[in-house]
Amino acid sequence: MRSILYLIRKEFLQIFRDKFIGKAIFAVPIVQMLILVPAVTFEIKNVKLCIIDRDMTQESRGLVSQLEGSEFFKVEFSTFSEQEANDLLHRGKCDLILHIPSGFGKETGQGQTGRILVAANAINAVNAQLSWAYLTGVIRDYNLNIVAENTGTTIQSIPGIQLTNRYWYNEMLNYKHYMLPGVLGILIMAIGFVLAGLNLVKEKESGTIEQINVTPVKKYQFITAKMVPFLIIGLVDLAIGLIIGKLTFNIPFEGSIALLFLCSAIFLTGLLGVALLVSTISNTQQQYMFTGFLFIIIFILMSGVFTPAESMPVWAQKINMVNPAAYIMRINRMIMLKGSTFQDIEGDIFALTLIAIVFTVLAVNRYRKTA
Amino acid sequence: MTNTTVITVRNLVKKFGRFVANDNLTFEVFEGEIFGFLGANGAGKTTALRILSGLSEPSSGEVTVAGFDAKRQPEKIKKNIGYMCQKFSLYEDLTAKENIMLYGGIYGMSKELIRKRTDELLRKLDFTDYGDRLISDLPLGMKQKLAFSVAVLHEPRIVFLDEPTGGVDPVTRRQFWEMIYETAAGGITVFVTTHYMDEAEYCDRVSIMSDGKIVALDTPAELKRQYSASSIEEVFVKIARPPIPSRPSAGTGSKGGLNPSSN
Amino acid sequence: MKRFLGFVKKEFLHIFRDFRTMIIIFVIPAAEILLFGYVVTTDLKNAPVAFLDFSGDEITQQLSDKICSSGFFRKSESLLSYNDIDKELRKNKIKAVIIFEKDFGSNLISEGKAVMSIIADGSEPNMASLVTNYITAITADFNSGLLETTGSGNILVQPEVRMFYNPSLLGHFMFVPGVITIILTLICALMTSITITREKEFGTMEVLLVSPLKPIHIILGKVIPYFILSIADAVLILLLSWVVFSLPIKGSIILLLAELMLYILLSLSIGIMISTVAKTMQQAIFMTLVGMLLPVILLSGFIFPLENMPKIYAWVSAVFPPRYFIVVIKNIMIKGTGFLYVWKETLILIFFTAVAIWVSMRNFKIRLQ
Repeated sequence: MRSILYLIRKEFLQIFRDKFIGKAIFAVPIVQMLILVPAVTFEIKNVKLCIIDRDMTQESRGLVSQLEGSEFFKVEFSTFSEQEANDLLHRGKCDLILHIPSGFGKETGQGQTGRILVAANAINAVNAQLSWAYLTGVIRDYNLNIVAENTGTTIQSIPGIQLTNRYWYNEMLNYKHYMLPGVLGILIMAIGFVLAGLNLVKEKESGTIEQINVTPVKKYQFITAKMVPFLIIGLVDLAIGLIIGKLTFNIPFEGSIALLFLCSAIFLTGLLGVALLVSTISNTQQQYMFTGFLFIIIFILMSGVFTPAESMPVWAQKINMVNPAAYIMRINRMIMLKGSTFQDIEGDIFALTLIAIVFTVLAVNRYRKTA
Repeated sequence: MTNTTVITVRNLVKKFGRFVANDNLTFEVFEGEIFGFLGANGAGKTTALRILSGLSEPSSGEVTVAGFDAKRQPEKIKKNIGYMCQKFSLYEDLTAKENIMLYGGIYGMSKELIRKRTDELLRKLDFTDYGDRLISDLPLGMKQKLAFSVAVLHEPRIVFLDEPTGGVDPVTRRQFWEMIYETAAGGITVFVTTHYMDEAEYCDRVSIMSDGKIVALDTPAELKRQYSASSIEEVFVKIARPPIPSRPSAGTGSKGGLNPSSN
Repeated sequence: MKRFLGFVKKEFLHIFRDFRTMIIIFVIPAAEILLFGYVVTTDLKNAPVAFLDFSGDEITQQLSDKICSSGFFRKSESLLSYNDIDKELRKNKIKAVIIFEKDFGSNLISEGKAVMSIIADGSEPNMASLVTNYITAITADFNSGLLETTGSGNILVQPEVRMFYNPSLLGHFMFVPGVITIILTLICALMTSITITREKEFGTMEVLLVSPLKPIHIILGKVIPYFILSIADAVLILLLSWVVFSLPIKGSIILLLAELMLYILLSLSIGIMISTVAKTMQQAIFMTLVGMLLPVILLSGFIFPLENMPKIYAWVSAVFPPRYFIVVIKNIMIKGTGFLYVWKETLILIFFTAVAIWVSMRNFKIRLQ
């Protein structure tokens, strides 16, 4: 048992002896969080419109001014040439083309359906979806206005379903609150992977692992000693990250911090288990680097941080059942933003623990002291 | 040297695929002796050494080290031995003291004992000022001596040394063998592999390996007598390249020139 | 020259002998393109929603059915009280709760209006706004249907939409070029970042330095094998995208390949730059992987559109090569534009490459001193 402590001590000594790494493992998360978190948002502002108004009536101008008044749109261009409008769209100078054909005003004035044509630059599908939603919102309002005018009533008395909506746990849909745990988690994952596993492979390459293999140190002791320092560093990074999050971005902390740390510890164990497993099958640091990269990027992109996990095809969601990152991202959000309790996340914790145990055991197993 | 055997090897075979690295080795090592394993590079010395120290499994044969079976109980063997590998593998980014403390702790020595031995060790090697230097900053000769000292720190029954004097200058080599003598005198069996033939003279018994087989095993003196050689090097050459039997002398008329069988 | 070629050959052999790395270099892009073409998407499919129907009449039933048969949503459960909302949302099993007020149908008929609320789980903002918008749109549609049948007014403006370049708003058109960019950037940088560092760690650097090879030779010699490998990689990725996703390359393939080669060269040079600074492989990998992973994903415009970011980031991402390449690759592949539309970005990429190589050489020379 004391062997583990001696080995852990050696690991810490080695980590901090490298001046760069010793500082970077704390500095890099801080810097990246401060720089990256404010950047991430899906809110769109200033969708650039190009208007082709072939109608030039009061009604068409009314529609245009409705759009101008909206905070989402900016009428940047106005032309009569379809060619020019298409070119602007092509070149990315505008995001939407609104084509109001002649006859629009007459039709709507007579209570018929007026048609307009919208062309969108859908290369950025998310933006296109959201702009489209906003646009239909503005048009709806416009519709209501016209009906009100025509029937001489106020908007409120127009028949129809009145829709209200609220966003719970994140009223203002603050993306930063959502992204910060994600960014933090990814950084900690990358650091853990790079340090723990790479470390073991380096011992293989330099031969020091042989010197260990010839001692009575047990396999699980060696593997555990490789995991513990990075587990601790990871949790420290988590703490630092949360403090920064609170101070700089005022992220909410609805749930239990202890629960958060517990889950993070389990997650890190699982992650490090994967890292060490990969290192037991890698012979050079280069091999480890590529294999590790493969795993990390798969874990991250499938974890649901950037795009919703539920949008993935069913087979991908099944793979996600062994993706520790998917669990921790979900758990993080649930605890911090929704205040979910232990009961709420029981299932996830159980699965995560299982993953942690399985990978650690696999890593210990695959590591051989006798060839 | 006593008469108790600490290592018994019978018909040891080690194959890597179809390549036979160790071909039916049989020998014994007695407690307290300095046993040398000689041979050219690739002869199979390191392979055998790794099997004896529990790092590698024998393909077949019986191997008993310090009373434990090498195939079934390698971990028990490791409790009783020390090992110094070819690369003198101490952690380059740790200091001498830190390395000593690590291995001392791993072998279960108490803190006070570790501290005591560290001081003794450093003093003996004239290292007291270098205790806090990183291994990477030390010259090769010091690394070598340090590695050896760490290998015997916990006073094991047997210590295995794999080509311990590679790349080191003759003076340092000489000093190193002084350390080996001292260790053996203290009752620790020393099993050393080397390709330096002159080092064979320092051993109590020497076994010469060639192409995976043991081709000779005896004390240096005996070997020299047996092969009418004045050095182990000569013995080795005679074994490895046996003289071609000379032709019966022809009559007159044979051309002059060198007899092709002369070496 | 001959020495140089010999050096290049040695570097090549070095790589090819490492069979495992070879496999991985080609497996990674293949696996990831396949995964991400399918996986990284913002499409809404069968999102679970719950209903809190205080009214329970025909109209609420119709509307609920309409919502749940749209393919975007599926009915998860029916809640009984307001208190249930928080409980269920906390469990993360539903994305939103739709609430119909009491006497919804009769209110609509008699008073002409009824209130319906959507409570969405804001902890996933993206999902929340998508869900809200879609439900709103479906409801508006339903509403207009009602109005028509009751004859109390027409929907007066009917927008007809055409989504350019991405007619069915297929997510992967947006993401595959981005995934290609990220992977190429990181892999290339990783490959070269350890190549010089490895020599430092194993002590073979001195051998290189005393050889008659000039620093530029050494750097180029290390880059060329990886360059060729990366091109093969990139071609493989494009082929896969075409075969599996029918991702068309609307523009000139030659231009695309040329730009790819430029970008690969740039990423490789960045890796070399890192390797001249790092003292151990661990440092190099740390700098490349931990240092670059998130910025490349977040600041390149891959998922989060650059236009949406605060103004400062316009400056920050200005020095960020991936951001330019994503523009280039999307333009060529999806819009089919020619060189005239991307010459600016191309020039910038060339500039960056030159800078990276120059810095590497300088660092190398300093090392020699």
